Order: sequence, then C-alpha cells, then structure tokens
Amino acid sequence: MSSIDLIVGPIHPALHEPERFVFKIDGEIVVDVEPRLGYVHRGIEKALSERTYIKDIYLVERVCGICNVAHTLTAAQAIEQAFGVEVPRRSKYLRTIVHELNRLHSHLLILGVVCELIGFDTLFMLFWRDREVIMDLIEMITGNRVMSAYNIIGGVRRNIGDFEVTQIKGVLSSLAKRVKQYKKVFMDDPTIRARCAGVGYLSRAKALALGAVGPTARGSGLELDVRVDEPYAAYDEVKYCAVIYNDGDVWARLMVRLDELLASMEVINECLDKMPSGPIRVPVPEAAPQSAEGVSVIEAPRGELIHHVYTKRDDDKPFRYRIRTPTYANIPAVCEMLKGCYIADIPAILASIDPCFSCTDRAALIDTNSGEKRIIDILSLARRSKK
Amino acid sequence: MLIQRIAAWARLRSPWILHINTGACNSCDIEVLAALTPRFDVERFGILLKPSPRHADVIAITGPVTRQAAERIRRVYEQTPDPKFVIAIGSCAISGGVFQDCYGVIGGVDKVIPVDVYVPGCPPRPDAIIYGVVKLVEKVSKGG
Repeated sequence: MSSIDLIVGPIHPALHEPERFVFKIDGEIVVDVEPRLGYVHRGIEKALSERTYIKDIYLVERVCGICNVAHTLTAAQAIEQAFGVEVPRRSKYLRTIVHELNRLHSHLLILGVVCELIGFDTLFMLFWRDREVIMDLIEMITGNRVMSAYNIIGGVRRNIGDFEVTQIKGVLSSLAKRVKQYKKVFMDDPTIRARCAGVGYLSRAKALALGAVGPTARGSGLELDVRVDEPYAAYDEVKYCAVIYNDGDVWARLMVRLDELLASMEVINECLDKMPSGPIRVPVPEAAPQSAEGVSVIEAPRGELIHHVYTKRDDDKPFRYRIRTPTYANIPAVCEMLKGCYIADIPAILASIDPCFSCTDRAALIDTNSGEKRIIDILSLARRSKK
Repeated sequence: MLIQRIAAWARLRSPWILHINTGACNSCDIEVLAALTPRFDVERFGILLKPSPRHADVIAITGPVTRQAAERIRRVYEQTPDPKFVIAIGSCAISGGVFQDCYGVIGGVDKVIPVDVYVPGCPPRPDAIIYGVVKLVEKVSKGG
C-alpha cells in the first residue's frame, strides 16, 4: 500500500510557531517525517556581527523569548572570556538564580502545553496559573515579566536584598508543594499514562547517535547535563545531580522536567543561602581589548546551548558570532520518535522535546527541496517561458 | 437588516481571534497565551482563540514579518472571512523592532497586510494585549 502525505503547517494550531512537517502516513501510522524549517529565519548571526557588543546582548536575548536568560548568560560568558574579564562572585550567584527561575517558567510552560495537547485542559490551566507566580518573581528581580535583560557583559544589572530573598523563598516553598502534587498526578493519572507512556520511544543508543540534548536525552537515560559535566556560573559551588529517566518515552521526558522543577528550586534556595556580598558588576571596555575567541556552553531549559564569538582587537563589533541551539540538535531525534507513531500522538511527541523554532530557524540551513517549493518553481518557470 | 445587526452584535460581544506567529521570538506568543490562562482569563469577555482563519474575526499577529512568512500571512488574511481586523502585537510586529536591519526580515506587519490596532511593548504584558482587543472592539462599534 502506498503512503499518503499529510502536510502540517506552516501555520497550524498545535504550537504557536510556524513550521512545516510532511508526514508520510500509512493508515493511521506515521512512516516517515520530513521537517521543513526556516519560517522564522531572521538572520540574527549576521546582524550580531554588524552591531556593537552592548547591542548584541539585547539581540541574542531575542533569539528566543522563552529562554532569554539562557541566551544572555551564554553570550555574556562568551564575550567575557574573549575580553579576559572575570565577573564578581555575587553576580555569578545572581545569574544562577535568574537562570533557574527562567527554567522554572519554561518547564511549567511546556508541561502545560503538553497537557493541553493531550486534551487535559484543566492541568494546562493549573500549570499556567502556577507559572504566573514565577513571572511575578522574575518581574520583581529584573523589572520585566519576560524579557529580563538581566545579564550584561561584566555582571548583572540589578541587585537583590533581604526583602526579595524572603519573597522568593516563600513563593518557592508553596510552589514546591504543588509541583509534588502534579508529579503524583503524572505518576497515577490513567489519562496521562495512556497518552504518554510508551509513546514516542527513543532508545538510549539512538539518542546518543542522533545527538539529542537536554531533557530529551535525559529522558532516554543519557547522563548529559552541562550543569554537572562542565559547571558554569555558580554551579561549581552548588550541589546538583542530573535528573535521569530510562523509559525514553513522552512520559519520561515530562517527568524529567517535573523533577528538574524541584531540583531548580533547591538550587535557587541554596544560592540564596550561600550568596556572598560584594559588587554585582565590573566595568568592561566597549571595544575588544584583544583578538580572541570565546566559547560558552550552558544548560538552557531545552538542552545544551553554545555561543561562540570571535573578537577583533580595538573593534566594538564581533568579527563572527555563532549560536548553536538545543532544539536544532533535537530535530533528528524527534523525527526518529515520530516514525511508527499514530497521527493522534504527533502533537504530544513534538511538544515533548519542547521545540523552540525561533531558536532553530536562527541559522538553519534551509532545504528548499520540499514539494511546495517545487510547485512554485514550476509555476515561475512556466511564467518565465511565456515571456 | 436584522440578521446583520445580530451578527454585528455577536461579533462585538465575542471576538474570535486567530493567533499567527510570523517570526517572533516567542515572548509575545507566550504573553498572548498567558492572556487566556487563569490570572488574566480573556474568555470571561467572550474572547476566544481559534485555530482556523475560517472561524476568526480578528487576526493577532506577533513578530517581525520574515521573507518566508510574508506570503503565508497574506494567504491567511485572504482566507479569513469579512469583516476582518488585524492586531499587531509587540514592537516587532509594529516596525520590525530589534530585527529591523536583519536580512531575513521585511519589517512590520503593515508592510504586508492592513493593521487596525497596534499594541506596543517587547513583549506587551497580557493586560496590554487585552486592552488592545478592547480598543479594537470600541473602534469597530463606532463603525470602523
């Protein structure tokens, strides 16, 4: 029996981002997947090397609005490395706290979205209600709900005092109780088990071979967490153990995120207790003091995020800037997960890697060989031949 | 005609919104989604997010228009039944914002399709987005 092409996207209701997937289906089963990315391609890397370092921080923040703190943190660390600047210890702790708050909001967001996609709207609303208290904390610390603009080259922009510390601790202790409740729901609820357990299986060997990162890899039993393997910011002084699940299905990837919520809260609490006093930033020259390169790797909410910058001496613009985002690394893995699944499971599997296409399309090599493009080409060819 | 008056009344009481991302960084999108959730809960005003352009009265667009997305939003705009209204949410949808001189970006939404209401901010808070929809309803009730 021949397969049928099911075209999803670029504009579709499941995820609020434009991307296009061509699913080859045989009855109800997906046989093959062809992703077509690039609808959100804006040309950020080129723009980064045309703007000054100070402006670049604000542009990398807008690579992805959800994990914006991860992007500014990586960029600041990469540029500081190239400049040869050492930031104060207090700012490292503050960066870790805001980075983990950002992870809390990102994980709550995607857990809610997955619940919505499997038809569990009540839990979606509950997750998003709890996310609002995290947004309030981020607003209190940084001054904005989403785009925090907190990390700058040489440190952080704002300090926190005793009032903020008690506020954060109070909110986190009540949130931790609710997250434990949700974890129980995910363990026991028959709806969630039926829609998630055993769906979208990715074996440990495949995850390794396809280069999966972040919660996607950790859900398949791979011990990959930059916070443990290569501690940055304040992680070298804070206890942290990677969360690993061996099931390799949608359920395992969601459980990794739920457990990471609790782990993140512990990290924030520990940072608040251990935080040293002192300055929060050091002055940094506008132009690069030397021709050098800086690489920074961090664990963003979706996985490993790499920024790589080349500086030119006495130039206030980077010579070249390269960003490698986690969702781009996870696309081959998600194509593998989708093979052999039912059509109805597609949204849940896609959402289980927490895809972020604004990250992915930033510098994706676009394959214009998709069916639609060919049709346009034939039409334009026909038009040209008439002239 | 009575039927048209009923339709106009219904449209003002319950605007159905289609949300399109034309290349945004996701922050406006999560704020649009946050407007639906318990803290802000726009459904109490009858505002519903709809997945299909065929069902929508209002198109809410976030993000700068990328070269890839321009043709698509033009097509979605044509698929939406009349009368239709467009809200541009966020600095990028207004002018291209921080992405203005990127090679993949054309600029604001109004370069491609007509816009009725602009909601500034990077990203605008959910309150501001709701206020934008209210302004649109006011504008429509006064006869466009």
